[in-house]
Amino acid sequence: MNKQLTVEQFVASLKSGMTIGIGGWGPRRKPMALVRAILRSDLTDLTIVAYGGPEVGMLCAAGKVKKLIFGFVSMDAIPLEPYFRKAREAGTLDILELDEGMLQWGLKAAAFRLPFLPTHVGLGTDVMTHGGFRTVQSPYDDGEVVLAMPPLRLDAALLHVHRADKLGNIQALGPDTYYDEWFARAADQSFVSAEEVVDRMDHSYPEDARANIVERCFIHGVVEAPLGAHPTSMPPSYGWDMKHLKAYAASARQEGGWDAYVAGVIGADEAGYLDRVGGKDTVAALPLPIF
Amino acid sequence: MTTAPEFSLCEQLIVAASEAWRGNGELVATGIGPAPRLAASLAKVTHTPELMMTDGEAYLVEDPVPLGPRGYDDRKPAGYLPFSRFFDAAVWPGKRHAMVTPSQIDRFGQTNISYLGGTYDQPKVQMLGARGFPGNSICHINSMFVPAHSKRVFVEGEVDMVSSVGYNPARRIAGATFDRVDLRLIVTDLCVMDFGGTDHAIRVVMLHPGVTFDQVQEATGFALQAAAEIEETAAPTAEQLAIIARLDPHNLRATVLKDNPAGKRT
Repeated sequence: MNKQLTVEQFVASLKSGMTIGIGGWGPRRKPMALVRAILRSDLTDLTIVAYGGPEVGMLCAAGKVKKLIFGFVSMDAIPLEPYFRKAREAGTLDILELDEGMLQWGLKAAAFRLPFLPTHVGLGTDVMTHGGFRTVQSPYDDGEVVLAMPPLRLDAALLHVHRADKLGNIQALGPDTYYDEWFARAADQSFVSAEEVVDRMDHSYPEDARANIVERCFIHGVVEAPLGAHPTSMPPSYGWDMKHLKAYAASARQEGGWDAYVAGVIGADEAGYLDRVGGKDTVAALPLPIF
Repeated sequence: MTTAPEFSLCEQLIVAASEAWRGNGELVATGIGPAPRLAASLAKVTHTPELMMTDGEAYLVEDPVPLGPRGYDDRKPAGYLPFSRFFDAAVWPGKRHAMVTPSQIDRFGQTNISYLGGTYDQPKVQMLGARGFPGNSICHINSMFVPAHSKRVFVEGEVDMVSSVGYNPARRIAGATFDRVDLRLIVTDLCVMDFGGTDHAIRVVMLHPGVTFDQVQEATGFALQAAAEIEETAAPTAEQLAIIARLDPHNLRATVLKDNPAGKRT
């Protein structure tokens, strides 16, 4: 059982029209090497589910997104993602705007193969109205009416972690792993890029088994992608590249800015990408953000 | 307690806003933005030490983390509250009181941070999206901080997209529970308001020195009520100012209000 894939094999296993969940949170531990592989591909008509950061803006700018299911799209220190805004204000996106906690709840409903999970969240707001959410009455004596959150089933989930082995065991270090485990369990197939891929985790890093955030039965493909979260952060390994993110954001204000970013930064391959953004050593040394 | 001779309006607002958390007990005090964060920190350091607080990332801290650049490892975690536990442990069980800055607020306390103008399918101005507002507002206590009190923020009709639940009877759903909707203070650059009016109407309870009720009403898109006795917002004490300065060593609070006005209006 060897789940290791090249980035080309990864992207070849996706299809246009798929619903793809992307792990991480805003500008943090996003599987950007995998996202760039999608940007370089012919894939289109995707439904993207995310706590969005620059990957959502980039996929929108590239015309890959048919529908977006999101709690927010933000780059933290740059609160408003410019390409996401452009797509929204152009009216070209189908959207389902969710409360952040509802998004997690929908992933859990999908993971557990349930038709819905009850929640108070969304009641009394336009998230419920615009999202077309329905209510359900408790069958117990209280008879309370709650919102029925439907499952957010994913064809594929994309995650970025520190380590993986060829069997699909993964380790995510750092203070926070957000909702990555729920994206994986909600998906038919999960693809994980890793800073490092080893043959067997028990042979290489048995002392960090608690960093295994999701069981390997939910992991279907493993891609080695050192520094693959750039320009987002990957604590404790490296921080986000705010200088890069600012330049990316500024490109949205320039005529042909996105095309220039694709040609000059995304380019043809990942090895060249790291050179184009300043080299491996520079990226590896990016300081960790302080909140 | 001595009253300091010189202070900024922002510092006065931070002190007023810190009162929102007084006596809240063991829950997570979250202030989004520099002034609310300093206010929550001040509350924990002074009158309500049992408050819980995060470092803005994944850890619970007992000493509030100062704003701005510092050593990455300066924080001293006392507990753990990553995003993956935040909804489970703080928001949905109601163990939190957040102070936020919405883009729009209406007479019902409904707020908007999603988009302005246009439609849901094609907004004129896309903003953040609803983020956690629907869940926050139906599960736990919330307060608001408004650095520039105006009719653009306090809108005449309903907000463009209801991101957070307020007290609008027309938005109540038969059989559903809205018991935990609990809006406390709105601290603005003109006044302090609460929801203590008729049927939770927004009510002016404090005016900052030199501000009149009519001025506040003029800057608000709906009719305000007035508390039976409107107090004048207190000046910060020297002790409070010293704590604020320690928690904000780079003086980020000076950037919160336009031109960083003095607390005493001239």
